[in-house]
Amino acid sequence: MTGQIIATYAAALSLLIGSGFIMVGVIGLLKFNDPMTRLHAPTKVGTIGIGMLLLASLLHSYAIGGSSMHELLIMAFLFVTAPVSANFIAKVNIHQRSCSTPPEPPEDDTWSTLNSPEGDVEDTASQKG
Amino acid sequence: MARRAFFWLLPHPFLTILLAVVWILLQNEFSAGMAVFGLILGILIPWGTSIWWPDTPSGFHVGRMFSYSLMVIWDIIKANIEVAWIVLSVSNDKLKPAWIVVPLDLVQPEAITILAGTITLTPGTVSADLSDEGHSLLVHVLHTDDPDSVRDEIKTRYEARLKEIFT
Repeated sequence: MTGQIIATYAAALSLLIGSGFIMVGVIGLLKFNDPMTRLHAPTKVGTIGIGMLLLASLLHSYAIGGSSMHELLIMAFLFVTAPVSANFIAKVNIHQRSCSTPPEPPEDDTWSTLNSPEGDVEDTASQKG
Repeated sequence: MARRAFFWLLPHPFLTILLAVVWILLQNEFSAGMAVFGLILGILIPWGTSIWWPDTPSGFHVGRMFSYSLMVIWDIIKANIEVAWIVLSVSNDKLKPAWIVVPLDLVQPEAITILAGTITLTPGTVSADLSDEGHSLLVHVLHTDDPDSVRDEIKTRYEARLKEIFT
């Protein structure tokens, strides 16, 4: 019985910590004024904020007597998919020139997002002309 | 001959085990029938999709990958607290965001993917782009006084370990 009480309190504590980190993430999203710095806020919410909420869900399911393993799967899928979406938002920012221009890579010609085929460059040039 | 038959039937043995485990976890309760069905799925899906990924990464150390994951989780927790402090205490005009370029020694696409994912999951850094030939990685840092030290930390802390995992 005491184990279940400890689990209930631990679940409440991790809920508090998780929502605290999500709160900080939202403040960051509102406060920063540049698309690239704004991108840093959701990566934080996606890792420790959601992680603590899922830990609370695990502890709660232990406290009410069941056991659930779905949280581990949610965590694993989140860790695999979150970097991909962040990478795509960063690529859109670079593509639309809505952030400071990145430095040239030392060995290769250019970054793959800025590497447009020859035909596209001519098309935009003729449209402007 | 037996080896060729094994790799024809199971082109990605590790993926087979992973799919079976995910299937059992999705069911939320363990029964023999579900385990067998998970194994059948784990054999059929890699077999049916193997044309799309012909190169199996050779020499993957699962044990080192496990200790690497533990280290990354610890780093995520530590960096989360640092970034939360930056968000709350540093005002916008004092913020020093920076692009850094990380030259890559890794060549396998799987290893570069894991490195880029690690950099994004660690708060404070987001991997933004790869150069067109795949020799360097573009990383955006939220707030730093010394971009070179961030680059060196990524290279020594993560990339060196990933090189040991994929040998």
